[in-house]
Amino acid sequence: MKLSKEETQIFCEVITGGSDTTQETLSQLVAPESAYNFRVNGKSISRHSTENINIVPKSDGQGLDVYIAPDTKHETVHIPVAISVTGHKETVYNDFHIGENAEVVIIAGCGIYNCGGVDSVHDGIHRFDVGKGANITYIEKHYGFGQGRGGKILNPTTEVHLKAGAIAHLELEQIKGVDSTIRNTVAKLEQNAKLTVKERLMTHGRQIAESSYDIQLKGKDSTADLESRSIAQDYSTQTFKSTITATAKSRGHSACDAIIMDQAKVFALPALNAEIKDAELIHEAAIGKLASDQITKLMTLGLTQAQAESHIINGFLK
Amino acid sequence: MLELKNISYEIKQSKQKILDQVSLRIEPGTLTVITGPNGSGKSTLAQIIMGIKTPTSGQIIFGGGDITKDDITARAKKGISFSFQQPVKFQGLTVYELLNIANGELFSPVEAGQVLEQVGLNPDDYLKREINTKLSGGELKRIEIASILARKDAKLLIFDEPEAGIDLWSFQDLTKLFQKIRCEYPDKSLVIISHQEKILKIADEIIILENGSIAKKGAPAQIISEIKEAKP
Repeated sequence: MKLSKEETQIFCEVITGGSDTTQETLSQLVAPESAYNFRVNGKSISRHSTENINIVPKSDGQGLDVYIAPDTKHETVHIPVAISVTGHKETVYNDFHIGENAEVVIIAGCGIYNCGGVDSVHDGIHRFDVGKGANITYIEKHYGFGQGRGGKILNPTTEVHLKAGAIAHLELEQIKGVDSTIRNTVAKLEQNAKLTVKERLMTHGRQIAESSYDIQLKGKDSTADLESRSIAQDYSTQTFKSTITATAKSRGHSACDAIIMDQAKVFALPALNAEIKDAELIHEAAIGKLASDQITKLMTLGLTQAQAESHIINGFLK
Repeated sequence: MLELKNISYEIKQSKQKILDQVSLRIEPGTLTVITGPNGSGKSTLAQIIMGIKTPTSGQIIFGGGDITKDDITARAKKGISFSFQQPVKFQGLTVYELLNIANGELFSPVEAGQVLEQVGLNPDDYLKREINTKLSGGELKRIEIASILARKDAKLLIFDEPEAGIDLWSFQDLTKLFQKIRCEYPDKSLVIISHQEKILKIADEIIILENGSIAKKGAPAQIISEIKEAKP
């Protein structure tokens, strides 16, 4: 199936990080052995299951159940979403049922192209039930473009339930383009489960981004590591809230670093909640402007101030 | 190569004079060590040459042209390089990326590795490392010096207290490195801010700054003995 230029651009950004926007067909975007579901303007336009990964649409059409068989190894699932019709609003529920000891990469993400005057909205609720000993990497990218007055609004909710010994790496990225986003991430960890979260956010213009984490360390020796780095430019506003609650002997660490520029505003509210004396919880938070000594150092190597700032920002958001 | 004419620097708010009518010449292919007590204005002078600080008055001539009004970037492009006393840390930027920026074009990992080996760092361990707080002060300092060595177009190399923070890598290695630069690149000039006798000894000329003015200058043999006589 052919895609419009804008839809192709969205899928390339979400799947390949924008490395190739000349691709024209879906089959060229993902490896043939991958499982995938491509959703465009509220409809699934192409879907493929594999022997181990079964993608089943929900009966109301508003989402998917993805069943990953136990012991599935080194497989990838792509579930990108594109919205290219101005004014399109949707709420999508995707549920991932991950079998014991499976090891998979799940690449999601949504791009909105809005050239019109009405808001386009995607609310994506992703729920992960990760079986014992399974190991998942979940990569989610958000992307917005188009010069219309209508907003490009994305509100993702991610719920992760890690059973004993399960591991989840979440990589959540939103670099410019999206006008408004409210991200909610909830994780519950059982014994020996491990969660790492890497969030990268950059806002500009008058964008508003809010990110909340509720991480519950319920099992003995569970660990969580949350790292959020963000850059707020122009008149944009960011809010970061996190709570790590430990009700068992466990370790939790969160670090949020924000670079604030221009007239932007950043609000950070990290919280630790230890309900047992064996909990080890640490939080680090910093908000500051672009470091002048970093800019100066790169200028002494021959970069202009603008080039130096760009290098620092790109490095920070890696 | 470099001439400072009557350079003065005053802190605006307090009117405190840090440098007062400093004039000096740095010839091509020479190694000059600027020394003196803490607060004598050494680092300020080095930063004024690089363009990090702007002099209150005076003129800076480099390569035959007036660079007094040039910004840091313009001076860097003309061949001035500067090693910071306190190395700067970067979240996300790797050693390899920093060396590429310094080089001005893409280094092969082998070439970048050769630069790191010159400062006693194993490329396999360090090229992919981020220049962040996980590195020790000594490691950061050596990476800082490597970023100067990577600048192939540099004509004037300024080192602000290169020995500060150097850990296991000895002063001996540092002085050998400066001598090696001189042998391999006879046209490059080095200006080193230092208190270390080992570094003073390899200078062509030592300049002593005191209270923002040049108190003495001359060959190492003469100056070092004068310093020792002053501090028995």
